[in-house]
Amino acid sequence: MILDPLQQLGRKGLAFFGRLGRAHLFLMQTLTGVPGLLLRPGLVIRQLYSVGVLTLLIILVSGLFVGMVLGLQGYNTLVDFGAEESLGVVVALSLVRELGPVVSALLFAGRAGSALTAEIGLMKATEQLSGMEMMAVDPMRRIVAPRFVAGFLSMPLLAAIFSIVGVYGGYFVGVGLLGIDDGAFWSQMQAKVDLSDDVYNGVIKSFVFGFVAVWIAVFEGYDTVPTSEGVSRATTRTVVHTALAVLGLDFVLTALMFGD
Amino acid sequence: MGHSRLIELWVGLFVAAGMAALFMLAMQVSNLSNNISGDTYAITAAFENIGGLKVRSPVTVSGVRVGRVDAIDYDTRAYEAVVTLSIDARYDSFPEDTSASIFTSGLLGEQYIALEPGGSETNLVEGDRVQLTQSALVIEQMVGQFLYNQAGKQQE
Repeated sequence: MILDPLQQLGRKGLAFFGRLGRAHLFLMQTLTGVPGLLLRPGLVIRQLYSVGVLTLLIILVSGLFVGMVLGLQGYNTLVDFGAEESLGVVVALSLVRELGPVVSALLFAGRAGSALTAEIGLMKATEQLSGMEMMAVDPMRRIVAPRFVAGFLSMPLLAAIFSIVGVYGGYFVGVGLLGIDDGAFWSQMQAKVDLSDDVYNGVIKSFVFGFVAVWIAVFEGYDTVPTSEGVSRATTRTVVHTALAVLGLDFVLTALMFGD
Repeated sequence: MGHSRLIELWVGLFVAAGMAALFMLAMQVSNLSNNISGDTYAITAAFENIGGLKVRSPVTVSGVRVGRVDAIDYDTRAYEAVVTLSIDARYDSFPEDTSASIFTSGLLGEQYIALEPGGSETNLVEGDRVQLTQSALVIEQMVGQFLYNQAGKQQE
Protein backbone atom coordinates (compact mmCIF):
# COMPACT_ATOMS: atom_id res chain seq x y z
CA MET A 1 0.00 0.00 0.00
CA ILE A 2 2.73 2.43 1.03
CA LEU A 3 4.85 1.36 -1.90
CA ASP A 4 2.17 2.26 -4.44
CA PRO A 5 3.20 5.88 -5.07
CA LEU A 6 6.84 4.83 -5.23
CA GLN A 7 6.02 2.10 -7.70
CA GLN A 8 4.06 4.55 -9.77
CA LEU A 9 6.95 6.97 -9.77
CA GLY A 10 9.36 4.26 -10.80
CA ARG A 11 7.07 3.10 -13.57
CA LYS A 12 6.69 6.65 -14.86
CA GLY A 13 10.44 7.18 -14.74
CA LEU A 14 11.10 3.95 -16.63
CA ALA A 15 8.45 4.82 -19.19
CA PHE A 16 9.94 8.29 -19.66
CA PHE A 17 13.48 7.07 -20.19
CA GLY A 18 12.25 4.25 -22.37
CA ARG A 19 10.47 6.72 -24.61
CA LEU A 20 13.49 9.01 -24.68
CA GLY A 21 15.69 6.12 -25.77
CA ARG A 22 13.18 4.97 -28.37
CA ALA A 23 12.95 8.49 -29.73
CA HIS A 24 16.70 8.65 -30.29
CA LEU A 25 16.97 5.18 -31.78
CA PHE A 26 14.06 6.13 -34.03
CA LEU A 27 15.95 9.27 -35.10
CA MET A 28 19.01 7.19 -36.00
CA GLN A 29 16.88 4.80 -38.07
CA THR A 30 15.22 7.73 -39.81
CA LEU A 31 18.52 9.38 -40.64
CA THR A 32 19.88 6.17 -42.18
CA GLY A 33 16.83 6.17 -44.45
CA VAL A 34 17.51 9.71 -45.65
CA PRO A 35 20.29 9.10 -48.24
CA GLY A 36 18.10 6.62 -50.12
CA LEU A 37 15.65 9.45 -50.80
CA LEU A 38 18.04 10.96 -53.32
CA LEU A 39 16.91 8.22 -55.68
CA ARG A 40 13.23 8.95 -55.09
CA PRO A 41 12.83 12.73 -54.82
CA GLY A 42 9.15 12.43 -55.72
CA LEU A 43 8.37 11.16 -52.22
CA VAL A 44 9.91 14.24 -50.65
CA ILE A 45 8.21 16.62 -53.07
CA ARG A 46 4.80 15.17 -52.23
CA GLN A 47 5.51 15.72 -48.53
CA LEU A 48 6.91 19.19 -49.14
CA TYR A 49 3.50 19.97 -50.55
CA SER A 50 1.52 18.73 -47.56
CA VAL A 51 3.99 19.96 -44.94
CA GLY A 52 5.24 23.18 -46.50
CA VAL A 53 2.82 24.52 -49.07
CA LEU A 54 -0.29 23.85 -47.01
CA THR A 55 1.29 25.64 -44.01
CA LEU A 56 2.06 28.66 -46.15
CA LEU A 57 -1.29 30.38 -45.73
CA ILE A 58 -1.28 30.45 -41.93
CA ILE A 59 2.36 31.58 -41.99
CA LEU A 60 1.61 34.44 -44.38
CA VAL A 61 -1.42 35.69 -42.47
CA SER A 62 0.11 35.42 -39.00
CA GLY A 63 3.39 36.94 -40.19
CA LEU A 64 1.55 39.93 -41.55
CA PHE A 65 -0.42 40.50 -38.37
CA VAL A 66 2.53 39.91 -36.04
CA GLY A 67 4.51 42.48 -38.02
CA MET A 68 1.63 44.95 -37.89
CA VAL A 69 1.25 44.53 -34.12
CA LEU A 70 4.99 44.99 -33.67
CA GLY A 71 4.75 48.16 -35.73
CA LEU A 72 1.92 49.57 -33.61
CA GLN A 73 3.39 48.62 -30.23
CA GLY A 74 6.90 49.65 -31.19
CA TYR A 75 5.65 53.00 -32.42
CA ASN A 76 3.74 53.70 -29.20
CA THR A 77 6.84 53.02 -27.12
CA LEU A 78 9.38 54.74 -29.35
CA VAL A 79 7.39 57.89 -30.00
CA ASP A 80 7.82 58.91 -26.35
CA PHE A 81 11.57 59.11 -26.90
CA GLY A 82 11.32 60.77 -30.28
CA ALA A 83 12.94 57.66 -31.71
CA GLU A 84 10.08 56.42 -33.90
CA GLU A 85 12.50 56.29 -36.85
CA SER A 86 14.02 53.22 -35.19
CA LEU A 87 10.78 51.30 -35.69
CA GLY A 88 12.32 49.43 -38.62
CA VAL A 89 15.11 48.16 -36.39
CA VAL A 90 12.71 47.04 -33.69
CA VAL A 91 10.43 45.21 -36.10
CA ALA A 92 13.20 43.60 -38.13
CA LEU A 93 15.36 42.50 -35.21
CA SER A 94 12.53 40.99 -33.20
CA LEU A 95 11.23 39.15 -36.27
CA VAL A 96 14.53 37.91 -37.64
CA ARG A 97 16.05 36.89 -34.32
CA GLU A 98 13.10 35.55 -32.37
CA LEU A 99 9.56 35.74 -33.61
CA GLY A 100 10.19 34.47 -37.13
CA PRO A 101 11.77 31.15 -36.11
CA VAL A 102 9.76 30.64 -32.91
CA VAL A 103 6.25 31.58 -34.00
CA SER A 104 6.55 29.78 -37.31
CA ALA A 105 7.78 26.68 -35.45
CA LEU A 106 4.73 26.86 -33.18
CA LEU A 107 2.42 27.33 -36.14
CA PHE A 108 4.24 24.53 -37.93
CA ALA A 109 3.62 22.22 -34.97
CA GLY A 110 -0.06 23.11 -34.95
CA ARG A 111 -0.64 22.85 -38.69
CA ALA A 112 1.86 20.33 -40.05
CA GLY A 113 3.18 18.48 -36.99
CA SER A 114 -0.23 17.41 -35.74
CA ALA A 115 -1.21 16.30 -39.25
CA LEU A 116 1.96 14.22 -39.57
CA THR A 117 1.36 12.53 -36.22
CA ALA A 118 -2.26 11.80 -37.00
CA GLU A 119 -1.39 10.45 -40.45
CA ILE A 120 1.37 8.12 -39.29
CA GLY A 121 -0.57 7.18 -36.15
CA LEU A 122 -3.60 6.19 -38.20
CA MET A 123 -1.41 4.22 -40.58
CA LYS A 124 -0.16 2.32 -37.55
CA ALA A 125 -3.65 1.91 -36.05
CA THR A 126 -5.02 0.55 -39.32
CA GLU A 127 -1.96 -1.69 -39.64
CA GLN A 128 -0.79 -0.19 -42.90
CA LEU A 129 2.72 0.04 -41.51
CA SER A 130 2.87 -3.65 -40.64
CA GLY A 131 1.31 -4.36 -44.01
CA MET A 132 4.20 -2.58 -45.65
CA GLU A 133 6.67 -4.58 -43.63
CA MET A 134 4.95 -7.75 -44.84
CA MET A 135 5.56 -6.60 -48.42
CA ALA A 136 9.23 -5.99 -47.57
CA VAL A 137 8.78 -2.22 -47.86
CA ASP A 138 10.56 -0.49 -44.99
CA PRO A 139 8.09 2.05 -43.55
CA MET A 140 10.99 4.02 -42.06
CA ARG A 141 12.30 4.70 -45.54
CA ARG A 142 9.01 4.90 -47.39
CA ILE A 143 6.89 6.85 -44.86
CA VAL A 144 8.98 8.42 -42.11
CA ALA A 145 12.14 9.60 -43.85
CA PRO A 146 10.45 11.68 -46.61
CA ARG A 147 8.25 13.44 -44.06
CA PHE A 148 11.25 14.11 -41.87
CA VAL A 149 13.29 15.62 -44.70
CA ALA A 150 10.34 17.69 -45.95
CA GLY A 151 9.73 19.18 -42.50
CA PHE A 152 13.40 19.90 -41.94
CA LEU A 153 13.71 21.67 -45.30
CA SER A 154 10.49 23.65 -45.22
CA MET A 155 10.91 25.13 -41.72
CA PRO A 156 13.67 27.66 -42.61
CA LEU A 157 11.77 28.68 -45.73
CA LEU A 158 8.59 29.21 -43.73
CA ALA A 159 10.45 31.20 -41.07
CA ALA A 160 12.06 33.41 -43.70
CA ILE A 161 8.69 34.03 -45.36
CA PHE A 162 7.19 34.82 -41.95
CA SER A 163 9.93 37.34 -41.19
CA ILE A 164 9.82 39.15 -44.49
CA VAL A 165 6.03 39.35 -44.51
CA GLY A 166 6.19 40.65 -40.94
CA VAL A 167 8.71 43.32 -41.88
CA TYR A 168 6.38 44.50 -44.62
CA GLY A 169 3.46 44.40 -42.15
CA GLY A 170 5.45 46.66 -39.83
CA TYR A 171 6.35 48.84 -42.80
CA PHE A 172 2.69 49.14 -43.75
CA VAL A 173 1.67 50.24 -40.24
CA GLY A 174 4.71 52.40 -39.53
CA VAL A 175 5.16 54.16 -42.85
CA GLY A 176 1.73 53.80 -44.36
CA LEU A 177 -0.52 54.50 -41.40
CA LEU A 178 1.60 56.29 -38.80
CA GLY A 179 3.68 58.41 -41.14
CA ILE A 180 7.27 57.45 -40.32
CA ASP A 181 9.76 58.50 -42.97
CA ASP A 182 10.14 55.80 -45.61
CA GLY A 183 13.90 56.19 -46.03
CA ALA A 184 14.66 56.30 -42.30
CA PHE A 185 12.68 53.10 -41.76
CA TRP A 186 14.80 51.09 -44.19
CA SER A 187 18.16 52.78 -43.66
CA GLN A 188 18.09 52.42 -39.87
CA MET A 189 17.08 48.81 -40.31
CA GLN A 190 19.90 48.14 -42.74
CA ALA A 191 22.39 49.87 -40.47
CA LYS A 192 21.49 47.85 -37.39
CA VAL A 193 20.56 44.37 -38.65
CA ASP A 194 23.67 42.34 -39.23
CA LEU A 195 23.69 39.64 -41.89
CA SER A 196 25.79 37.08 -40.04
CA ASP A 197 24.81 37.91 -36.46
CA ASP A 198 21.09 38.27 -36.94
CA VAL A 199 19.90 36.78 -40.23
CA TYR A 200 22.15 33.71 -40.30
CA ASN A 201 21.55 32.96 -36.63
CA GLY A 202 17.81 33.19 -37.26
CA VAL A 203 18.14 30.69 -40.10
CA ILE A 204 20.20 28.35 -37.91
CA LYS A 205 17.51 28.59 -35.25
CA SER A 206 14.79 27.67 -37.70
CA PHE A 207 16.77 24.66 -38.95
CA VAL A 208 17.09 23.46 -35.36
CA PHE A 209 13.41 24.07 -34.64
CA GLY A 210 12.39 22.34 -37.85
CA PHE A 211 14.51 19.31 -36.95
CA VAL A 212 13.02 19.07 -33.47
CA ALA A 213 9.44 19.78 -34.50
CA VAL A 214 9.34 17.21 -37.26
CA TRP A 215 11.24 14.65 -35.18
CA ILE A 216 8.67 14.92 -32.39
CA ALA A 217 5.80 14.78 -34.89
CA VAL A 218 6.89 11.65 -36.73
CA PHE A 219 8.05 9.92 -33.56
CA GLU A 220 4.77 10.51 -31.76
CA GLY A 221 2.94 9.15 -34.78
CA TYR A 222 5.16 6.09 -35.07
CA ASP A 223 5.13 5.40 -31.34
CA THR A 224 1.41 5.87 -30.85
CA VAL A 225 -0.83 3.39 -29.09
CA PRO A 226 -2.69 2.00 -32.12
CA THR A 227 -6.20 2.99 -31.08
CA SER A 228 -8.23 6.05 -31.93
CA GLU A 229 -7.72 7.35 -28.41
CA GLY A 230 -3.98 6.73 -28.68
CA VAL A 231 -3.79 8.68 -31.94
CA SER A 232 -5.66 11.61 -30.48
CA ARG A 233 -3.38 11.68 -27.43
CA ALA A 234 -0.30 11.44 -29.63
CA THR A 235 -1.50 14.39 -31.69
CA THR A 236 -2.00 16.48 -28.58
CA ARG A 237 1.40 15.47 -27.26
CA THR A 238 3.03 16.50 -30.52
CA VAL A 239 1.77 20.05 -30.24
CA VAL A 240 2.53 20.38 -26.52
CA HIS A 241 5.97 18.81 -26.65
CA THR A 242 6.99 20.74 -29.74
CA ALA A 243 5.95 24.03 -28.16
CA LEU A 244 7.89 23.25 -24.99
CA ALA A 245 10.95 22.02 -26.86
CA VAL A 246 11.00 25.00 -29.22
CA LEU A 247 10.65 27.58 -26.46
CA GLY A 248 13.25 25.89 -24.27
CA LEU A 249 15.69 25.47 -27.13
CA ASP A 250 15.11 29.06 -28.15
CA PHE A 251 16.37 30.25 -24.79
CA VAL A 252 19.48 28.07 -25.04
CA LEU A 253 20.21 29.10 -28.63
CA THR A 254 19.65 32.78 -27.87
CA ALA A 255 22.01 32.58 -24.90
CA LEU A 256 24.64 30.92 -27.11
CA MET A 257 24.23 33.23 -30.10
CA PHE A 258 23.56 36.63 -28.61
CA GLY A 259 24.89 36.02 -25.11
CA ASP A 260 28.15 37.91 -25.08
CA MET B 1 -0.56 12.76 -63.82
CA GLY B 2 -2.08 16.23 -63.78
CA HIS B 3 -2.43 16.18 -60.01
CA SER B 4 1.20 15.40 -59.34
CA ARG B 5 2.29 18.11 -61.84
CA LEU B 6 0.23 20.58 -59.85
CA ILE B 7 1.90 19.47 -56.61
CA GLU B 8 5.32 19.89 -58.15
CA LEU B 9 4.36 23.36 -59.33
CA TRP B 10 3.18 24.38 -55.86
CA VAL B 11 6.28 23.00 -54.18
CA GLY B 12 8.41 24.85 -56.70
CA LEU B 13 6.57 28.09 -55.95
CA PHE B 14 6.92 27.48 -52.20
CA VAL B 15 10.66 26.86 -52.38
CA ALA B 16 11.13 29.86 -54.67
CA ALA B 17 9.14 32.08 -52.28
CA GLY B 18 11.22 30.86 -49.34
CA MET B 19 14.46 31.49 -51.16
CA ALA B 20 13.26 34.91 -52.26
CA ALA B 21 12.36 35.72 -48.64
CA LEU B 22 15.83 34.70 -47.46
CA PHE B 23 17.39 36.74 -50.23
CA MET B 24 15.32 39.77 -49.31
CA LEU B 25 16.20 39.38 -45.64
CA ALA B 26 19.83 39.45 -46.67
CA MET B 27 19.59 42.33 -49.14
CA GLN B 28 16.77 44.51 -47.93
CA VAL B 29 16.75 44.05 -44.18
CA SER B 30 20.36 43.44 -43.24
CA ASN B 31 23.53 45.43 -43.72
CA LEU B 32 24.85 43.35 -46.60
CA SER B 33 24.23 46.07 -49.16
CA ASN B 34 26.18 48.76 -47.32
CA ASN B 35 29.04 46.54 -46.26
CA ILE B 36 32.30 47.72 -47.66
CA SER B 37 33.68 44.82 -49.60
CA GLY B 38 36.72 44.50 -51.75
CA ASP B 39 40.01 46.26 -51.21
CA THR B 40 40.66 48.20 -48.05
CA TYR B 41 43.74 49.60 -46.39
CA ALA B 42 44.32 49.94 -42.66
CA ILE B 43 45.40 53.00 -40.74
CA THR B 44 45.54 53.42 -36.99
CA ALA B 45 44.65 56.24 -34.65
CA ALA B 46 45.31 56.60 -30.91
CA PHE B 47 42.65 58.14 -28.69
CA GLU B 48 42.72 59.02 -25.01
CA ASN B 49 39.14 57.89 -24.66
CA ILE B 50 37.01 56.17 -27.27
CA GLY B 51 33.73 56.37 -25.35
CA GLY B 52 31.26 53.88 -26.78
CA LEU B 53 33.03 53.22 -30.07
CA LYS B 54 32.71 49.63 -31.24
CA VAL B 55 34.22 47.35 -33.83
CA ARG B 56 32.30 47.87 -37.12
CA SER B 57 31.43 51.46 -36.24
CA PRO B 58 31.44 53.65 -39.35
CA VAL B 59 34.30 55.93 -40.43
CA THR B 60 33.12 58.98 -42.33
CA VAL B 61 34.55 61.96 -44.17
CA SER B 62 32.20 64.92 -44.65
CA GLY B 63 29.44 62.57 -43.56
CA VAL B 64 30.22 60.04 -46.29
CA ARG B 65 30.95 56.54 -45.10
CA VAL B 66 34.41 55.53 -46.29
CA GLY B 67 35.28 52.64 -43.98
CA ARG B 68 34.74 51.02 -40.63
CA VAL B 69 36.50 50.32 -37.36
CA ASP B 70 38.33 47.04 -37.69
CA ALA B 71 39.89 46.56 -34.26
CA ILE B 72 40.23 48.31 -30.93
CA ASP B 73 43.24 47.70 -28.70
CA TYR B 74 44.75 49.30 -25.64
CA ASP B 75 48.37 50.43 -25.64
CA THR B 76 49.68 49.76 -22.13
CA ARG B 77 52.80 51.90 -22.67
CA ALA B 78 51.12 55.06 -23.87
CA TYR B 79 47.89 54.50 -21.92
CA GLU B 80 45.84 55.09 -25.03
CA ALA B 81 43.27 53.24 -27.04
CA VAL B 82 44.53 52.27 -30.49
CA VAL B 83 41.82 51.99 -33.11
CA THR B 84 42.47 50.30 -36.45
CA LEU B 85 40.39 51.72 -39.28
CA SER B 86 39.94 49.90 -42.55
CA ILE B 87 39.30 52.39 -45.31
CA ASP B 88 37.89 51.56 -48.72
CA ALA B 89 40.74 51.55 -51.23
CA ARG B 90 38.77 53.89 -53.48
CA TYR B 91 39.42 56.68 -50.98
CA ASP B 92 43.20 56.64 -50.95
CA SER B 93 44.10 60.32 -50.92
CA PHE B 94 43.90 61.50 -47.31
CA PRO B 95 46.74 63.89 -46.40
CA GLU B 96 49.15 62.86 -43.67
CA ASP B 97 47.87 65.50 -41.29
CA THR B 98 44.29 64.29 -41.46
CA SER B 99 42.64 64.44 -38.05
CA ALA B 100 40.27 61.88 -36.56
CA SER B 101 37.51 62.68 -34.06
CA ILE B 102 34.95 60.51 -32.35
CA PHE B 103 31.46 61.92 -32.67
CA THR B 104 28.00 60.74 -31.71
CA SER B 105 25.22 60.62 -34.27
CA GLY B 106 22.32 62.31 -32.53
CA LEU B 107 22.00 62.74 -28.79
CA LEU B 108 21.89 59.05 -27.91
CA GLY B 109 22.97 57.54 -31.21
CA GLU B 110 25.94 55.35 -31.98
CA GLN B 111 29.46 56.74 -32.10
CA TYR B 112 31.53 56.99 -35.25
CA ILE B 113 34.89 58.31 -36.36
CA ALA B 114 34.97 61.41 -38.52
CA LEU B 115 38.11 62.13 -40.53
CA GLU B 116 38.97 65.67 -41.48
CA PRO B 117 41.57 66.03 -44.27
CA GLY B 118 44.48 68.38 -43.65
CA GLY B 119 46.71 70.17 -46.13
CA SER B 120 49.79 67.99 -46.43
CA GLU B 121 51.18 66.91 -49.80
CA THR B 122 51.83 63.29 -48.87
CA ASN B 123 48.98 60.86 -48.30
CA LEU B 124 48.26 58.31 -45.60
CA VAL B 125 49.12 54.76 -46.67
CA GLU B 126 48.64 51.30 -45.21
CA GLY B 127 49.90 51.09 -41.61
CA ASP B 128 50.19 54.84 -41.02
CA ARG B 129 49.01 56.42 -37.81
CA VAL B 130 46.73 59.45 -37.68
CA GLN B 131 48.51 61.98 -35.48
CA LEU B 132 45.76 64.46 -34.69
CA THR B 133 42.95 62.87 -32.74
CA GLN B 134 40.09 64.11 -30.65
CA SER B 135 38.59 61.84 -28.03
CA ALA B 136 34.96 61.04 -27.57
CA LEU B 137 32.94 63.44 -25.48
CA VAL B 138 31.80 61.64 -22.38
CA ILE B 139 28.54 63.12 -21.20
CA GLU B 140 29.27 62.51 -17.51
CA GLN B 141 32.51 64.49 -17.77
CA MET B 142 30.77 67.35 -19.54
CA VAL B 143 28.01 67.49 -16.96
CA GLY B 144 30.64 67.39 -14.20
CA GLN B 145 32.61 70.25 -15.75
CA PHE B 146 29.46 72.26 -16.27
CA LEU B 147 28.41 71.89 -12.63
CA TYR B 148 31.94 72.72 -11.47
CA ASN B 149 31.95 75.92 -13.56
CA GLN B 150 28.54 76.92 -12.28
CA ALA B 151 29.65 76.44 -8.68
CA GLY B 152 32.77 78.52 -9.39
CA LYS B 153 30.70 81.39 -10.83
CA GLN B 154 28.37 81.51 -7.86
CA GLN B 155 31.25 81.86 -5.42
CA GLU B 156 32.73 84.87 -7.28
